[in-house]
Amino acid sequence: MPLVTIDDIPVEVPEGTTILEAARMIGGDIVPPAMCFHSKLKTSGGYCRTCIVKVEQGSAKDPRPIPKPVASCRTTVMDGMVVRNITSPENLEARAGVVELLLINHPLDCPVCDQAGECHLQDLGYEHGKEATRYEFARREFEPTDIGEHIKLHMNRCILCYRCVKVADQITDGRCHGVINRGEVAEISTYIEKAIDNDFSGNVIDVCPVGALTDKTFRFKSRVWFTKPVDAHRNCAKCCGKVRLWYQGEEVLRVTARKDQWGEVEDNTDGTTAWICNECRFDKKNTTDWTIEGPSKIDRHSVISANHYETSLRNIKADTLKMMGSVPHGVKVELGTGALDPNNLHK
Amino acid sequence: MSKKLLLKNDHIPNIHQLAVYRAHGGYAVLENTLKNSNPDHVLEEVKKSGLRGRGGAGFPTGLKWSFLARPEGVSRYLVCNADESEPGTFKDRYLMERIPHLLIEGMILSSFALGAKTSYIYIRGEYFYVARILEAAIAEAYAAGLLGKNILGSGFDHDCYVQVGAGAYICGEETALLESLEGKRGNPRIKPPFPAVAGLYGCPTVVNNVETIAAVVLILELGGDEYAKIGIGKSTGTKLISASGHINNPGVYEIELGVPVEEFIYSEQYCGGIRGGRKLKAVVAGGSSVPILPAELILKTANGEPRLMSYESLGDGGFATGTMLGSGGFIVMDEDTSIVKNLYTFARFYHHESCGQCSPCREGTGWMEKILHKILEGHGTMQDIDLLWDIQSKIEGKTICPLGEAAAWPVAAAIRHFRSEFESYVQNPENIKDIKHYYRLQN
Repeated sequence: MPLVTIDDIPVEVPEGTTILEAARMIGGDIVPPAMCFHSKLKTSGGYCRTCIVKVEQGSAKDPRPIPKPVASCRTTVMDGMVVRNITSPENLEARAGVVELLLINHPLDCPVCDQAGECHLQDLGYEHGKEATRYEFARREFEPTDIGEHIKLHMNRCILCYRCVKVADQITDGRCHGVINRGEVAEISTYIEKAIDNDFSGNVIDVCPVGALTDKTFRFKSRVWFTKPVDAHRNCAKCCGKVRLWYQGEEVLRVTARKDQWGEVEDNTDGTTAWICNECRFDKKNTTDWTIEGPSKIDRHSVISANHYETSLRNIKADTLKMMGSVPHGVKVELGTGALDPNNLHK
Repeated sequence: MSKKLLLKNDHIPNIHQLAVYRAHGGYAVLENTLKNSNPDHVLEEVKKSGLRGRGGAGFPTGLKWSFLARPEGVSRYLVCNADESEPGTFKDRYLMERIPHLLIEGMILSSFALGAKTSYIYIRGEYFYVARILEAAIAEAYAAGLLGKNILGSGFDHDCYVQVGAGAYICGEETALLESLEGKRGNPRIKPPFPAVAGLYGCPTVVNNVETIAAVVLILELGGDEYAKIGIGKSTGTKLISASGHINNPGVYEIELGVPVEEFIYSEQYCGGIRGGRKLKAVVAGGSSVPILPAELILKTANGEPRLMSYESLGDGGFATGTMLGSGGFIVMDEDTSIVKNLYTFARFYHHESCGQCSPCREGTGWMEKILHKILEGHGTMQDIDLLWDIQSKIEGKTICPLGEAAAWPVAAAIRHFRSEFESYVQNPENIKDIKHYYRLQN
């Protein structure tokens, strides 16, 4: 098995693993951000260039460095490869450049965008971007359009990651969704706004890393951080039926596929990807439609987790115990995690 | 050092016709090779010749051919890149327009060497009339048994097709060209895999420039060793140069590699000096994407040696003081030329032609164009010049295909060598608004 060193951390990975996947196996801060790569979609990745890394040593056999930064999501590791991500200031600077370029035509309308809170571009901007842009010209503009009955396309927000195009190619049959025009004015389109009439078209919403493709049944209903994710399932003839319900009070505001810590749709136990059908996504908005499994586990360092059901409950429980001064022996309490922490009360 | 190989017969009337071409020795090399030689021999000769790709990158052709994967039972393809879109380059058009059979003979010979039963000539949409010339020549070749089944009784089958593109600069990038040829959107592919392993329809493919393929005929005519004696050092053979700009005799010239740049610009045999007796200001030596060089650096290298028309000499000094031979689009600018305006034209071109697939090029090319427009309009600031420099550095090397570099290099070189001109646009906006100055009219 090839041995690759990423930011001085060695890891042994199976043949054919990409640098990004190897970094994810290590985990933590050294994982490059990825906007266009989606492990469940074939041939995705390579477009956004945010995951670029510096290859200091190509392989044990050929130790020459690769002269240009490479897209870690599309570069396979070689035995003895030495990669630098966050330990290379030059690489971080290059990535900050990509982030700046990705944002120059983005409307930055987060306050009115449904994706805010679970937007990869927001996270990217916070973590890898600069505090201000140097762009002073008019941004490119498109009119929002409807793609079918349930999906809204805000092309202004799109970063052309091609993920939805890959979904249209690989998950739905008879693609009527692609990219038209070129360069800066290239746009995702269903050609003359032809509706996507397919049982799995809603998955384009789940793969969109930004707020370009949103669920019309959820638009402007709530900020995502006010909703509570719960895993549930039903017997569905079309799909696996395993979903995430987003509750506000007793009401199911939205249904999505289950996503992992990288924001990618999870796998089923049989190894297939847990894409969900439009019926589950758009038409089953009653608790009675579903068998509830329990609060969703959210690993992602997202704003959702700040108000997360499970974490909040655990925090409240811990805080309560602490306030009562009766922490049972052997129970580890994380301090200062919840609103009930006495230290936070004055805030 | 006048040496005509590719264009030795271009003055002959009706050389585009098969009968005339054959009367002047055309297809003799093909006949001889098919009868008396084998594919390995052809490959050996091309390797010995030291021929380097004439499309711009200058990669050794023999080496490229030897990388071609040859799995059993899988078709191999030869694709001719006739999508000559680099601004300032028009040599392939001339060659195809005048002597289409030279390209076709080269296609058959190269395909014979590579074991390709099918080849395609991908020609840019704007050259539709050239495509007709090629199609007529291919029809003649089929009728004469030079294409099709069992060519000249040798048992070698080959079909050659012309495919017209829709007019996109990006389709000159080899993987975008292959995508377009397959009928898809012309977006460059992410490499690896390289076309030599998985190219057209996923099969091993060689993509070569028109001039490269035509040169194969001459290599086999002269022999690889003889061909390697022409030229200088590792720049062997002859090269077509498309000379344009402020010179007395613009046009396509065939030169032996190694001609001094000074001779090329001033000799009556070639460009014939600067128009109107003006002074030379700058030269873009290899098509719009290569770095521009000021007069003192294009005539002499930084070490004071005379600059020659060769891959090595033009590249001497790296990008700090050198440039590239590129595709041979030689654009000459006289002392009255505004480098900033010229750069704006280039930047506008790259913005327009960016395919939009990867973010740095898609977003950055438009930004650079907007800043240059701002400077040209007299609203620029000193920070804008630094910003331009920074943006180009953020694009260069971060993109999927070389279009990013093609857009970044001209900006970098213009600022590197002509920064004072940018500054004068910023500091003296009133000069720009003077209409006479703007249009370079004499008082």
